[in-house]
Amino acid sequence: MSVTTETTYSSASQAMPIGTPRHHIIIFAVLLGLLLIAPFLLYPVFIMKILCFALFASALNLLLGFGGLLSFGHAAFFGSASYVTAHAAKVWGLTPEVSILLGTGSAAILGLLIGALAIRRQGIYFAMVTLAFAQMVFFFALQAPFTGGEDGIQAVPRGNLFGVLSLADDRTLYFVVLAIVFGGLLAIYRIIHSPFGQVLKAIRDNEPRSISLGYKVNRYKLAVFVMSAALAGLAGSTKSLVFQLASLTDVYWTMSGEVVLMTLLGGMGTIFGPFVGAAVIVTMQNYFASFGAWVTILQGTIFVISVLLFREGIVGVLSKWIKKPL
Amino acid sequence: MFELLGIPPQALFGQLLLGLINGSFYALLSLGLAVIFGLLNIINFSHGAQYMMGAFVAWMGLTYLGIPYWGALIVVPLVVGATGVVIERLMISRLYHLDHLYGLLLTFGLALIIQGLFRNGFGVSGLPYSIPSQLSGGTNLGFMFLPNYRAWVVVASLLVCFGTWFAIERTRLGAYLRAATENPTLVGAFGINVPRMITLTYGFGVALAAFAGVLAAPIYSVNPNMGADLIIVVFAVVVIGGMGSILGAILTGFGLGIVEGLTKVFYPEASSVAIFVIMAIVLLVKPAGLFGRTA
Amino acid sequence: MNFKTATLAGLAAMLMTGSAMAVDVKLGVLNDRSGIYADLSGEGSVVAARMAIEDFDAASKGINVEVISADHQNKPDVASTIARQWYDEEGVDAIVDVPTSSAALAVSEITREKGKIFLNSGAASTDLTGAQCAPGTAHWTYDTYALANGTGRAMVESGYKNWYFLTADYAFGHSLEANTSKVVEETGGSVVGSVRHPFPGTDFSSFLLQAQASGADVIGLANAGGDTVNSIKQAAEFGITQAGQALAGLLIFITDVHALGLETAQGLVLTEAFYWDLNDDTREWSARFSEEMGGSKPTMVHAGVYSAVTHYLKGVEAADSKETEAVMDWMKSNPSQDQVFGEGSLREDGRHLHDMYLFQVKSPAESAGDWDYYKLLSTIPAEVAFMPLEDGGCALVE
Repeated sequence: MSVTTETTYSSASQAMPIGTPRHHIIIFAVLLGLLLIAPFLLYPVFIMKILCFALFASALNLLLGFGGLLSFGHAAFFGSASYVTAHAAKVWGLTPEVSILLGTGSAAILGLLIGALAIRRQGIYFAMVTLAFAQMVFFFALQAPFTGGEDGIQAVPRGNLFGVLSLADDRTLYFVVLAIVFGGLLAIYRIIHSPFGQVLKAIRDNEPRSISLGYKVNRYKLAVFVMSAALAGLAGSTKSLVFQLASLTDVYWTMSGEVVLMTLLGGMGTIFGPFVGAAVIVTMQNYFASFGAWVTILQGTIFVISVLLFREGIVGVLSKWIKKPL
Repeated sequence: MFELLGIPPQALFGQLLLGLINGSFYALLSLGLAVIFGLLNIINFSHGAQYMMGAFVAWMGLTYLGIPYWGALIVVPLVVGATGVVIERLMISRLYHLDHLYGLLLTFGLALIIQGLFRNGFGVSGLPYSIPSQLSGGTNLGFMFLPNYRAWVVVASLLVCFGTWFAIERTRLGAYLRAATENPTLVGAFGINVPRMITLTYGFGVALAAFAGVLAAPIYSVNPNMGADLIIVVFAVVVIGGMGSILGAILTGFGLGIVEGLTKVFYPEASSVAIFVIMAIVLLVKPAGLFGRTA
Repeated sequence: MNFKTATLAGLAAMLMTGSAMAVDVKLGVLNDRSGIYADLSGEGSVVAARMAIEDFDAASKGINVEVISADHQNKPDVASTIARQWYDEEGVDAIVDVPTSSAALAVSEITREKGKIFLNSGAASTDLTGAQCAPGTAHWTYDTYALANGTGRAMVESGYKNWYFLTADYAFGHSLEANTSKVVEETGGSVVGSVRHPFPGTDFSSFLLQAQASGADVIGLANAGGDTVNSIKQAAEFGITQAGQALAGLLIFITDVHALGLETAQGLVLTEAFYWDLNDDTREWSARFSEEMGGSKPTMVHAGVYSAVTHYLKGVEAADSKETEAVMDWMKSNPSQDQVFGEGSLREDGRHLHDMYLFQVKSPAESAGDWDYYKLLSTIPAEVAFMPLEDGGCALVE
């Protein structure tokens, strides 16, 4: 455990190696540029929602696309972090950055507990185990007094960043959220391209071979599980400040399914896929909100089509097309 | 009269029996999952939706065509099983060369579609389905009032479970099935149409879910979400039992129903979590599940 | 510039219509259109809002009303996203309906932040006019207190003294149980026990047997939706009602009774704010409603939407503006009067007061056909039907 984390941290703190493809830097720069002007053209709350889900989907993609582990219970981390942050900000009156850190930290701890058990099984079993644990977290959230049960935690104050900068204005908050999410995405990028990330991919592609090479496979799996959980938690914490709300929706299993859908649609194992997937799904939910159950049917259809015809996802197809990894 | 932890023994017997009844549903559903998993190596996430379809088709049969309950018990599994055959032919069969996770994702998408369609068509308040007149009423067992219908559920479930077990473990057809699970190429070389066998197996697994749905229609509310939450519990049952054997799926289903029934007496708040707690413990002690073979 | 054009346009409108100024009002009906509450709110609430606008004859009074609608899927986060967007981008002036307490509380907070109006009909939580009350929020149709109070009091008074609760194990269930227990004990009954079932549940037989073993006169169902439907269905199956125990539904709608069928639901006692077959007015209104809704009768939530929108439009007319404070002031200081609820009033904490009714579900033999489900046991006058002002803990009340 200590070995793996050390590897990650040391490589993450290094300057960007020469190996970073130039088109990745360009895409990140263009994306950042677009996101900087977006709130002046579009509704900021809507883009913030996309950003939060983009981070959530990217966190899942770290585990699924690069670790080869399909978690069907990531809502547990997203949701519990959002509850902790909301509680810290509302009841304890902590500042937003501390609340978010607390939320992210608790998601990481939960990730350690669930991950330690779940990695004992592989493949489909792993998916079912994570799903079942997430359901346990759901029941906990439903019954624990501090979560407010069905009502959730409402009217969470956005507070003042570092105690000075008021986040009540949507645009101010937007740039803070942008910084958090972009930071999270870059962190994921670094993890993937670190030596740790290389080992992960090796395990994903051929686990027995990695074992025979002497890697402690389970430690790597657990480490990536915890990182993914923590980042999902970061997304959940940020979301609870944006919407000033933490609710059961965040921990319900349909949320886990939705984020898998985003990742699948955008492209598993790509850098930018989850972002695209999240943007498409959130936009769709937003504009089809009045069509009721058709949203579910449409989501299901996208799932089926993606699996049958479109397994590389949107970005995966693009990447094949321009013959460069995206 | 003695009491056990403050609960009179009569009440305890009653709760055990009720647990057994719930276990019947778990057993039927986890059996279907096990049969499908055994041959297709996919986890059928739409199993809950197909269970719901069973209940709905039974309702439609009664309302539109006047098919009574007893007819529905036979017709509905066939109809829903046939939709399963179509799904397998059109979609699932394209995924066998891929990672099993895609099967899970595909069936998850299918579950969303099926539930969404039924929600659009029938609303969510639920539809009434009466207990067949032959089975209405109940018997006073002294320690509890046992509705005849519930007794029938246990009997029907045991019969179907035993029949399935016998067919797979003790007949020639079952031998082919088991052989195809181990080595499809070799079995194909003996002149057996393996793809068709796989298709029919999926159809059979789905039919089992639909059968459970028909059984459930008179006692639970027939609504589009009835399978959505149940399927997750059944997943936990499957993880606990392990996918090693048909008998394992059946025994775990009934056993966990009873355990859940007991928690409803001693600590009702935890009854929905009990199965997941057991799952965590089993994973710690015996990661392959109680009846599972280490993969 | 904008101000100038607006003034000019206003002036022109004034000249043209003579006295009244033209006001453009946009109402957003936000409710469940796909989930568990779609039947009791959903499209019906939109129809009810439109009927209120037509009956009020808003157009000829110089008020142009536009109605938009959306599905919040019973998720508070979806509800809050839509509410924000409606207020910020779409220029919605008032949001109507919003079942599911969590979603309603979220919308209420945003309404407070944006200084708009929220006319709730579908949600149950007393917090909307209690701890979390807001100046622009009106809670129209019912709440957990009114239901618990109505059913609890009436049952005890008719001799069902010993209660056992079957409670959904989450905040809503707990508060329903607590509210009812209080009423039961105040009126001389007693609570002999309770069991908390997981939410959502499917099999209630075990809990029902525990309730039966308690020997209570009545089993109070402190749950909602599918849980209530399943509890009632299984209580019938296990012969609990036949054995002499009564069932009291603490949150049950006519759509639930419709789903259960009379065979199963007969004898159930419940409280509602509205029933289509109460009097000539309600019958006439409901007939028009069901014509537009393919035959189904309105629920109390639909009726509440009609009543709330009617009173709101009167407020806009009287204030000659849609400015929140002016409209709310008028609404709170003038009695409401409409075809569905009759007379009522809006209290300063935002609670709308009107009579509630205690019904018993008919047996199949008593029913004359589809939707003929209830017989009236008693009318609970508005003064005692709702939680007293001082118990709510609303900060708007000095």
